[in-house]
Amino acid sequence: MRNIGSKLFLPALLMVGPVILWLAIFVVLPLIYVFVISFLAKGLYGGIVATFTMTNYARFIDSFYLKIFLVSGWIALLTTLLCLLLGYPFAYIISRSPKRMKNTMVMLIMLPFWTNSLIRTYGWITMLRTDGVFNKLLMGAGLINHPLQLLYNSGAVILGMVYTLFPFMVLPLYSSLEKLDRSLLEAASDLGARPYRSFWRVTLQLTTPGIFAGSIQVFIPTLGYFFISDLMGGGKIMMLGNLIENQFLAARDWPFGAALSIILILLTIILMKIYRKVGFSMENLTS
Amino acid sequence: MNSSKQRFGQVSGMVFAALVYLFLYLPIVVVIVFSFNASRMNIEFTGFTLAWYGIMFQNASLMSAFQNTVIVAVASTAFSTLIGTIAAIGMYRYTFKGKGTVDSLLYIPIVIPEIVMGISLLAFFSLLHITTGLLTLIIAHVTFSMPFVLITVRSRMAGYDQAVEEAAMDLGATRLRTLRRVTLPIIAPGIMAGAMLALTLSLDDVIVSFFTCGINSVTLPIKIFSLVRTGVTPDVNALATVIVLATILVMILWHLFEKRSAKQEQAV
Repeated sequence: MRNIGSKLFLPALLMVGPVILWLAIFVVLPLIYVFVISFLAKGLYGGIVATFTMTNYARFIDSFYLKIFLVSGWIALLTTLLCLLLGYPFAYIISRSPKRMKNTMVMLIMLPFWTNSLIRTYGWITMLRTDGVFNKLLMGAGLINHPLQLLYNSGAVILGMVYTLFPFMVLPLYSSLEKLDRSLLEAASDLGARPYRSFWRVTLQLTTPGIFAGSIQVFIPTLGYFFISDLMGGGKIMMLGNLIENQFLAARDWPFGAALSIILILLTIILMKIYRKVGFSMENLTS
Repeated sequence: MNSSKQRFGQVSGMVFAALVYLFLYLPIVVVIVFSFNASRMNIEFTGFTLAWYGIMFQNASLMSAFQNTVIVAVASTAFSTLIGTIAAIGMYRYTFKGKGTVDSLLYIPIVIPEIVMGISLLAFFSLLHITTGLLTLIIAHVTFSMPFVLITVRSRMAGYDQAVEEAAMDLGATRLRTLRRVTLPIIAPGIMAGAMLALTLSLDDVIVSFFTCGINSVTLPIKIFSLVRTGVTPDVNALATVIVLATILVMILWHLFEKRSAKQEQAV
C-alpha cells in the first residue's frame, strides 16, 4: 500500500511545485540567459549589445587564452591525482578501523570542512609567507639562510586546492569502500590470491565508482575556485575561474565571460555523461 | 613473522592517518594561535593577549559582515528547509508525470560549478534591474542549498512506513493534522540533517556570495577575502576562532543528538 493517493495531482503540484518554480526561475532561466549573451557583442562601456556574434568563442584560439586553459587543466589534473593518492589510502585506513572509531574519524574530516574555506586558506598564507611560520622555523633550525618563496607559485595553488577539495575526494571513496562486500576479498584469498593481487583485482575494481565520483568533484571545482588561485598564487597564476571572474567584474566583458562559462558547463556535462554511461549513480555525488 | 608484518602495516597506517589529520587541522590551529598574539601583525608571536576578542566588537565593518552572514544563513536555511521538505514529502508520496525531469532539475545546481551559478545569477539579477544585496544573497543561498535539503530528507524517508498515516486518517485525522502529528515527528531527524547541511553550505560559501552580494552587504568570507590582500588584523582571527569553536560545538551536539535518535529508533 505505498503511495496513498498516487493519483492526486493537485497535492503533488502544491508540494513539489514551489521547488520546480524556484529552480526554473533561479537556475534554468539564468543559465539560458548566460547562453544567449555568450553570442552577443560587448558594448563600448561594458554593456551588452544585442547583435549576434561568434567572436567570443573565436577568441579561445588566442594563444594567451589557450595557455590559461592548459595551465588550468594541468593544475586541476595534478590536484585530482594528489587528492586521490592521499585520499585513497586514507579512506582505506578509515574503512578498516574498528567500528567505534570510524564515525569519529569521518567526523574529524568533516570538522575543518565546516569552517569557512577562506579562513583556512588564510591560515596557509600565515604559515607559508616569506616572513611566515614555516620560514621562521626553518631559519631558526639553521636549515636555510634565506627565506624560501613558498607562496605565489603554482605549487602553492595546488596545495590550496588539494587542501580545500580533499573531503570531496575522501567521502565518496570512503562510502564506496564501505559498500565493498568483504566476503569477496575472503573468497579471493581462499582461492589463493595474495593481498596485493586481491587489492588490485577486487578492491580497486569495485571502488571505481567512488574514484570517479571523487575525481569529478575535485577536478571541476578546481577549475573554478578563483579565490584560491588568487590568494595562494598571488594573482600570478591565472586559471579559468580567475579569467571568468575578471570578465564579470574587472574587464566587464560579460559576453566573453559567458562564453567561457559555457565551456565550463559543457565540460561538466561531458564528464557527467561519461559518469552515468559507465553506470554510476548520481547519489554518490551528494554524499 | 606475519603478525609483526601486520603490526607494522597497522602502525604505518596510523602514522599516515595522523599526518593527514595534521595537514587538515594545521591552518586552523595557526589562525586560532594568532588570535591571541599581542602583535598587530600576524607574523611573529610576541606575547599572549585576549585583547582582540574585545577589539573585534569595535570593528564596525567586520561586525556588519558577521551580521550579514548570520542573517543570510538563518533565512536561507529556514526557507530552503521548509520548501525542500514539503517537496521531498510530495515526491516521496506521489508519482506524477515528469518526476524524472524534476530529479534532473534538482541535480543541475549540485553539479554545475559554483562560479557558473554565481555569474549566471549576477547576470540574471542585472537583467531584471535588481540591485545586489542581502535579498539576492538569500535567494542565491536558497538556490544552492534547497536541492541538498530535498535529497537529504527524501533519502532519510526511505523505509518510512506510510501505513501509520493511513492509520491516523482512518482514525479520523485530517490530512494536515496527520502531517503535523504523524509524518513530521517521524521524519524530523532527516529534516534536521537537511537543515544542518543547508546551514553549513551557506556559512561556507565564498564563490556564489562573491557575485551576488552588494558592496554594502558583504558576508564574512567575502570581507576576509578583501582583507587578505591588504592585511588581516588579529581581531579577524579572534572572530574566526569564535566561529570555528561555535561550529565545532554545534557539530558535537548534533553528533550526540543523531546518536541518541538512532538509539531511540532501534528501541522502537
